Amino acid sequence: MSRYFHVIAAVLWKDVRTELRTKEVFTSMVVFAALALLIFNFAFELRIPNKSLVVPGILWVTVAFAGVLGLGRAFIAEKDKGSLAGLLLAPVDRSAVYFGKMLANLIFILVVEILILPLITVFFNVPLITLPLLLILLLGTIGFAAVGTIFSALAVNTRAREVLLPVLLFPVLLPVLVAGIRTTIGLLEGDPLSDHLNWLQLIAFFDLLYLVVAFLTFDYVVEE
Amino acid sequence: MKMSRALAILNGITVVAVPFAIYMALVQAPDAINIVPEIRPAQRIIYFHVPSAWTSMLAFLVTFVSSILYLRTNKLRWDIWARCAAEIGIAFTLAAIISGSIWAKPAWNTWWTWDPRLTTYTIVLLLYVAYFMLRSAIDEPGRRARFASVYGVFAFLSVPITFMSIRWWKTIHPVILDPTADFGLGPGMTVAFIIGNITFTILFVTLMANRVRLEWLSERVAALHDALVEGDTLADWQGEGVSPLASPQA
Repeated sequence: MSRYFHVIAAVLWKDVRTELRTKEVFTSMVVFAALALLIFNFAFELRIPNKSLVVPGILWVTVAFAGVLGLGRAFIAEKDKGSLAGLLLAPVDRSAVYFGKMLANLIFILVVEILILPLITVFFNVPLITLPLLLILLLGTIGFAAVGTIFSALAVNTRAREVLLPVLLFPVLLPVLVAGIRTTIGLLEGDPLSDHLNWLQLIAFFDLLYLVVAFLTFDYVVEE
Repeated sequence: MKMSRALAILNGITVVAVPFAIYMALVQAPDAINIVPEIRPAQRIIYFHVPSAWTSMLAFLVTFVSSILYLRTNKLRWDIWARCAAEIGIAFTLAAIISGSIWAKPAWNTWWTWDPRLTTYTIVLLLYVAYFMLRSAIDEPGRRARFASVYGVFAFLSVPITFMSIRWWKTIHPVILDPTADFGLGPGMTVAFIIGNITFTILFVTLMANRVRLEWLSERVAALHDALVEGDTLADWQGEGVSPLASPQA
């Protein structure tokens, strides 16, 4: 069992180190997120009486779109450089490779979130950095990375790979996105988190479900 | 391949059942009395709308189960089942959305509203459109079947959300199957409602059986074509047990 976690850690560390060297995925995600925020700002600034009405949507849409950008790269780079075959030939459990990749994606998206939360706070003057909100965002991002990682592996082997990923991903993620946005709206209206425990449970439940299904099906996706 | 007797009987039953269900819904069922007279005719959409929605869910369940079976057994049959059911599911989803929209115009005074039930159901439609987009983006048949199966499993995870959405959210969509509310239908209406649901289920089974048969035939035509392109003659195949003309029970 400890060997299994060792593999996860090795894959994770490999991805983090590659990213630290190239900063390819990360830069594009952050710049994209910042651009999206600016465009949203232009789109809503003059019309909305209360900015906290639109901020939940802006937050989740920005995270989702920036996230899908990063997820797409996760396997494309591996595939193009030919390192995916090496990774899969390694005599280790492939689900460990999945979890390593998934954790790497999770970390990348979380870092982007940490950067854009202050930006949204500044641009829209809405206090977003609260513990309940961070918790919701974390749970939502886990689900996002869980499905995103396996779909990224799916999409990379298809013809229209970069176009296909969001089309595959967003409808499947709907429960998590809806629950995340609903809870964020509630929290910004000043409800305590305990009012939204059912949504919280829903996200946690789907996170678990996605992880289990991905664990069970990842082998079929990378099988040649 | 000749149509089997079972399929012919099934087709016959459907041909009789569908007009009967239409008769029950449009003629036999009484008018709804607890709504304003102008929308009473529109209320009869329920005998088609709910069965369409139910059948679409059933079809997606078949896709889900067939996808799992494909991944477990690697048999072409289950991939064919999965994609045929997904196709039929999309058709019934569209039927439910369109019939609902026709009802919504007199009842809600709008064709469409971003109600949770409508929204989640539309997302379900998109899920299975994405399923076919994924299929069409992969050339190699084995991989296509495998990937589609994985997606078929994931796609179904959010289908129950649609079903539960009218219970969890504040929504204007009526709850029909509420055990505490006794259907919200009168006795005569309940009979037509149940017959409608049974008929649509039969219709689904019939469409499925025909669609699967068609798909088998086209798979075999493709196999024959490949064989001929590779220079074999039909005569080469006919003597052998492995002929693509053999029984489709692969």
